Amino acid sequence: MPPRPRGAPEPAERRELLSAGDVARTIARMAHQVIEKTSLGASGASPVVLLGIPTRGAPLALRLAKRVADFSDIQVPVGALDVTLYRDDLRRKPTRPLGQTALPPGGIEDALVILVDDVLFSGRTIRAALDALRDVGRPRAVQLAVLVDRGHRELPIRADYVGKNVPTARSEEVHVLFTETDGRDAVLLHRAGDGA
Amino acid sequence: MKHLLGTEGLDPATALAILDTADGLKRTLLGREVKKLPTLRGRTVITCFYEDSTRTRVSFEIAGKWMSADVVNVSAGGSSVKKGESLRDTALTLAAAGADCVVVRHPASGAAHRLASWLAHTNTSVVNAGDGTHEHPTQALLDMATLRERLGSVEGRRIAIVGDVLHSRVARSNVHLLTSFGAEVVLVAPPTLLPTGVADWPVGAAGSLRISHQLDAELPTADAVMMLRVQAERMHGGFFPSAREYSIAYGLSEARAAMLPDHAVVLHPGPMLRGMEISAAVADSPRAAITQQVANGVHVRMAVLYHLLAGEEDAA
Repeated sequence: MPPRPRGAPEPAERRELLSAGDVARTIARMAHQVIEKTSLGASGASPVVLLGIPTRGAPLALRLAKRVADFSDIQVPVGALDVTLYRDDLRRKPTRPLGQTALPPGGIEDALVILVDDVLFSGRTIRAALDALRDVGRPRAVQLAVLVDRGHRELPIRADYVGKNVPTARSEEVHVLFTETDGRDAVLLHRAGDGA
Repeated sequence: MKHLLGTEGLDPATALAILDTADGLKRTLLGREVKKLPTLRGRTVITCFYEDSTRTRVSFEIAGKWMSADVVNVSAGGSSVKKGESLRDTALTLAAAGADCVVVRHPASGAAHRLASWLAHTNTSVVNAGDGTHEHPTQALLDMATLRERLGSVEGRRIAIVGDVLHSRVARSNVHLLTSFGAEVVLVAPPTLLPTGVADWPVGAAGSLRISHQLDAELPTADAVMMLRVQAERMHGGFFPSAREYSIAYGLSEARAAMLPDHAVVLHPGPMLRGMEISAAVADSPRAAITQQVANGVHVRMAVLYHLLAGEEDAA
């Protein structure tokens, strides 16, 4: 094990909630649920569009779409929707950089949009996403898929697809890691005050 | 960041963050019918212009409005300035009236810095929209945004800034910003239109600054030429024998533009004097990025307002 650099914090007290294998299985299960709940491919069903919320909702949406394609042979359009400019807590944090917004070529008009994010917490990100969505089109319906629901909602928002429900303390932090953004797949629970 | 007063000493990381935000805003608004973001709802921006302006004032106003800020325009002509109110009293009045940001243009170099020092005890931010012959940072940022779009990056690129450097705040702001991103800047002007000590201007470590009096010699190796307006309103004395002679020696004619490499871009901060520093044919040619500069100006100013007003209050 390499020596810890000087000045680095003590190893965080953290627990692995999901391993890389768990993450893959969870996403596969969510993909099955999406296919079932949206009647994907059935005649008369609305076209489905997955929109990931940066940073980690974006790779999650791509993976979900890939698993959906694996199981149903239907390629659902995937995009990204940055919500930074719609947040209600901008003044409480240092200036945030903007994420990428990229709508699929067909747009979202009259589609069934599934918002995809890594962790559902207060619900404020999703509120911002609903506002952002209104500015880019009028979907027929909006659903929400999250890898982890950690509770502590501050708004009347719930997810339609949940990878894992994790009861947490408000002071704890849940970190979702993806190979695309972090070099490996895992979901970690950090105890309070470890600064991670 | 509380104020944006100049590009001299502006941390390249901050400048890059503003440019990236401007890119993001441009992409976000692309193709939208309703160009309105809720980001600065409830914030008040006051533009206070002691000098005439079309594009700067308009683009700050549009930038504020597209982000849902309330924008109020004050011009010196129609305000208490005409009755003799000092800049300091005007500034304190605007801050007391509830301005979260004052965008100021003033004929005196250093006016924006003075304003910022008078407002240091308030939460009001100051943006320098041009102070005398000193700085015009948002112009340099929008020029940089345009050059990034046209050339990819300015690092190692040769940018010729041509004309009335002496009176140009645009040239100063651009020299600081471009060199801090590694550009080779060449100032091309007659000796009478160069400031004394220009060769010793501090430049960004990554870039370089050179002086030339021969436009024809610089054109074949330039990646971009930035033409400056001859600022007759600031000239008290003879800086060149005649407009015609200036135009012949330093104007960008069609024949001169043909000497540029194919990829080279022509910029002008506006307002242009067609036939003086730039010919109409060059100004309207595809290599001219003049309207692109104006369009980028709105996004860059949105980004500046975002960085000044959207985050939490700085302790400063």
